[in-house]
Amino acid sequence: MLTSGIILLEGGLLNPNPGLIFWTAITFAIVLLILKKTAWGPIVSMLEEREKGIQSAIDRAHSAKDEAESILKKNRELLSRADAEADRLIREGKEYADKVRSELTEKAQIESQKMIAAAKDEIEQEKRRALEVLRNEVADLAVRGAEKIIRATLDAEKQKVVVDDMIKELAASRN
Amino acid sequence: MRVKAISRILALVVPVLLSLNSHAFAVSGKEEAPVRESVTAAAPAAPATVATSAAAPAAEGEEKPGDVIMHHILDNSTFAFEPFGEIHLPHLSVGGYDISITKHVVMIWLASAILLVVASAAGASVKKLSARQAPKGIANVIEALVDFIRVDVAKSNIGQGYEKFLPFLLSVFFFILVCNLLGLIPYGATATGNVNVTLTLSIFTFFITQVAAFKAHGVKGYLQHLTAGTHWSLWIIMVPIEIIGQFTKPFALTVRLFANMTAGHIIILSLIFISFILKSYIVAMAVSVPFAIFIYLLELFVAFLQAFVFTMLSALFIGLATAHEGGHDEHALEGAHH
Repeated sequence: MLTSGIILLEGGLLNPNPGLIFWTAITFAIVLLILKKTAWGPIVSMLEEREKGIQSAIDRAHSAKDEAESILKKNRELLSRADAEADRLIREGKEYADKVRSELTEKAQIESQKMIAAAKDEIEQEKRRALEVLRNEVADLAVRGAEKIIRATLDAEKQKVVVDDMIKELAASRN
Repeated sequence: MRVKAISRILALVVPVLLSLNSHAFAVSGKEEAPVRESVTAAAPAAPATVATSAAAPAAEGEEKPGDVIMHHILDNSTFAFEPFGEIHLPHLSVGGYDISITKHVVMIWLASAILLVVASAAGASVKKLSARQAPKGIANVIEALVDFIRVDVAKSNIGQGYEKFLPFLLSVFFFILVCNLLGLIPYGATATGNVNVTLTLSIFTFFITQVAAFKAHGVKGYLQHLTAGTHWSLWIIMVPIEIIGQFTKPFALTVRLFANMTAGHIIILSLIFISFILKSYIVAMAVSVPFAIFIYLLELFVAFLQAFVFTMLSALFIGLATAHEGGHDEHALEGAHH
C-alpha cells in the first residue's frame, strides 16, 4: 500500500508536460470552434425555437380558454335573458287571454240579456196583438151570437151594450 | 440478506487469512521491501483485460505492482495493445519544447474526433428538422444533454447573457465526458486523469471567467471587485486574498477532475493486483473481480458526474464573476457604473 503511495509521488503524477498542455489547448480550441458552428449553434437555436413555440402554444391555449369562458358566460346570460323573456311573454299572453275571455263572456251576457229582453218585448207585443185580435174576434162572435139571440128576442143594440160591458169587465179583471 | 452479507465477508476474509502464511505477508509487512513478485506466474489466470496488459511489463520478473499501475495511469509515448504488440508514437520538438504526440494526446484526438462526428451529426439532423417534427436517434441523446446543460447549468448559474458561454460549457462537458468514457475502454487511457489536460481545461475556464468579469464590470468595477467592498484599511489583506481566490477556483477544478479520474483507475488496478500479490485464485474470484467490476460501474457514473461537476463549477464561476452583487457591494458597483 505504502509502496504504491511512494511510487505515486515519485512516478510523476503531477509532472508538468508542456507538450500535452499545448496539444490539449489546440485540440480543445479547435473542437470548441468547430462544434460551436456545426453542433451547438443549430441545437441551441432549435431548443430556443421550440421553447418559444411551446410558450406561445401555452399562451394561445390560455387565451382560447379565456375566450371560451367569456363566450360561455355570455351564452348563459343570453339564455337566462331569453328565459325571462319567454316567461314574460307567456304571462302577458295569459293575461291577455283572460282579459279577452272575460270581455267576451261579458259581451255575450249583455247580448243575450238584450236578446232576451227583445224577445220578451216581442212576445208581449205579439200577445197584446193576439189579445186585441182575440178581443175583436170574441166581440164579433159575441155580437153575432147576440144578434142571433136578439133577432130572436131583443134588438141588437141592447145586446151589444150588455156584451161590451161584460168584455170590459173581463179585460179589467185580467189586467 | 444477513446470511448473504456474512458469506460475502467470509469470502473476503478467508482468502486473506489463508494467504497470510505466504511470503506476501512478509512483503506487505515490511513496507519498504520491494514487492519482488513474479507476476507472470499468476498471469495465465489473469481475470481482466487490464490485468493482462498489466502483467506483461513484468516479463522481466522484477516489476513492482505500483510501477505497473503508474505505467497505466501516466502518460507515455507508446500505445500498448498487449498481446498484439505496441505502437511507438513520434517525438516532436519545436523550439526546444517537447511537443511529442503521447498516449494522452492520441486519446484527446480520438475523443475530439468522436465528439466532432457525433455532435456534428446531431447538429446536422437537428438543422434538417422542421419545428413540428420530433427529434430522434443520436440527436435526441445529444439534445437532452444540451438542454440539461443549457437550462440547469448555464441558465440557473449565469443568469442573463448565458448564451455567450453556452458553446464553451457544452464543449467542455462533452469533451470531458468522452475523455472519461474512453478511459474506461480496454487499451484506452484517461486523458482527463492527467493533470496537464485538466489544467489546460481549467485555464480556459479561468480566462473566460476573467474576460467575462472585465466585460461585465469594466476595469474599475473589476478592481473594485478585488477589494470585496471592504473598507480601504482592509485592502492590504483583502486584495491578496481575492487575487489568490481567482486562482484557487481553476486550481480546484484541475485537481478535482484529475484526482477523481486517476483515483478510480488506481483503485481498479490495485484491486486486480491484490490477486497477483497474494497469488490466490480465491482472492481473484472473491475480491478482485467483483470489486473491480463494482468500481468500474462507479467509474462509469463518475465519468458523467465529473464532466457535469466541471461544467457546473465553470458556469458557477462565470456567474459569480458576471453577477451584479447585492448587499453592501452594490453601492460601490453602482458608483463604478455611473
